Amino acid sequence: MNVPRELRYTKEHEWIRVEGGEAVVGVTDYAQGELGDVIFVELPSPGSKVTYMKAFGTIDAVKTVSDLFAPVTGEIVAVNGALKDDPALVNRSPYQDGWMVRIRLESPAEVNALLSAEDYEKTLGAHA
Amino acid sequence: MLETASALKRTPFYPRHVAFGAKMVPFAGHEMPIQYEGIMAEHRTVRTGVGVFDVSHMGEIRLTGSGAIALANRLVTNETGQQLPTGKVVYTPMCLESGGIIDDLLVYVLGDDRLLVVNAANFDKDLAWIQEHAHADVTVHDENADTAQLAVQGPKSEDVVARLYGDRVRSLAFYEGFEFGTGDDWTLVSRTGYTGEDGFEIYVRAPRALALWDRVFEAGQPEGIKPIGLGARDTLRLEMGYCLYGNDIDETTNPLEAGLGWTVRWDKSEFIGAEALRRFKELGVSRRLQGLILDGDKIARAGAEVDKDKASIGKVTSGSMGISIGRPVAMAYLAREVSAPGQTVDVITRGHAVPAQVTARPMYQHGSVRSPKPRRP
Repeated sequence: MNVPRELRYTKEHEWIRVEGGEAVVGVTDYAQGELGDVIFVELPSPGSKVTYMKAFGTIDAVKTVSDLFAPVTGEIVAVNGALKDDPALVNRSPYQDGWMVRIRLESPAEVNALLSAEDYEKTLGAHA
Repeated sequence: MLETASALKRTPFYPRHVAFGAKMVPFAGHEMPIQYEGIMAEHRTVRTGVGVFDVSHMGEIRLTGSGAIALANRLVTNETGQQLPTGKVVYTPMCLESGGIIDDLLVYVLGDDRLLVVNAANFDKDLAWIQEHAHADVTVHDENADTAQLAVQGPKSEDVVARLYGDRVRSLAFYEGFEFGTGDDWTLVSRTGYTGEDGFEIYVRAPRALALWDRVFEAGQPEGIKPIGLGARDTLRLEMGYCLYGNDIDETTNPLEAGLGWTVRWDKSEFIGAEALRRFKELGVSRRLQGLILDGDKIARAGAEVDKDKASIGKVTSGSMGISIGRPVAMAYLAREVSAPGQTVDVITRGHAVPAQVTARPMYQHGSVRSPKPRRP
């Protein structure tokens, strides 16, 4: 299972990649594997606010639906429009083409509280 | 439903599931493959080619003895009596006196025996019910643990199964089968399935299970045969509007409202539930199980409310992606007055009203099971 070292994680299986004052968010390889084929990703519109560990969207897979939780507080500046036509990008490329939202960070220090790759892998130990 | 790993049964095919990379999940007390390469791809394999399901979790109960035919026919609503030719397979509900459905099952007509194939989750309940109604002239055999079953399904399944069992496979009509052999060599092959495609179900004794799996995959190599998990089994059956016990039917629903009126034979000898069902027929049912095809991409899950003009008219019992339809599909009990196909209703999906069209079942119209089979000379 792929858990890139340079990313931060939530125990709800989101990843976050900080780029300056913004961060890109998606779900992990483990999450996409557990969900199975993703068929719809519901995301907020750019401009809307998201709050740390509050649900901001949903992922529909064939067998189940799952909430997306915001790893950080901030404003959505972009959503991945490609997921509309090809939601399976989440399965094929969870860390790259399957990204979900770009958030402008309200307090960049929040990121430090998130799990490192190593700590995230430990939380999977119980499941995987 | 949480099930502890230690209590789960494994089917004889378990080593093959692991070898083929299946994701295993608890299902009806069994550790079963939910998917191998992915539900969407597996669904398409069955619609266009041929796939193999391990359905050994299904329960087999054989009735023998001079009273076997009469008992089976008294337990179920469809005709399974003396006049049926051997090899005939009958889909039927088994009802309570109330008309509520205890289970839906297949009854195999095998000479003077009747083989009942029931849902895994209902096996213990069904066996107890059957034993309770059996007189001394019937022996009830629990063949569940001894029997393994593969479903070989898809438009290319006939060639594969004919390679294993010869040309008599090709002459089977839908819902016909044959058995041969005794002891560990016993085999039952029928042209049946739960996918909407042409297909076969093959039953063998557990010691022969792995050999069967290997022979099926060898025979299906030219067709690119693949293993299919329970995830795709669910999306395939849902597109066809086939009922799943526990979701779409249970002891609080009756065959008439479930759209299974065609399985209730009013002209046959007396059966359990007949009186209640006759009453429902006279009064008319208050709700009907219908198909829904939703706008957009959001899936309606079981339990979602269905509204018409902002008033609640029913609830979704099964919902998923209609992978071959290209839209989310569902089944729902709808109040009779507003259950006619063609109407637009709203499905309340996570707070949003999603428009949906009421559709007759099957929602998917292109399954090979409905096409007339070309016969070879």
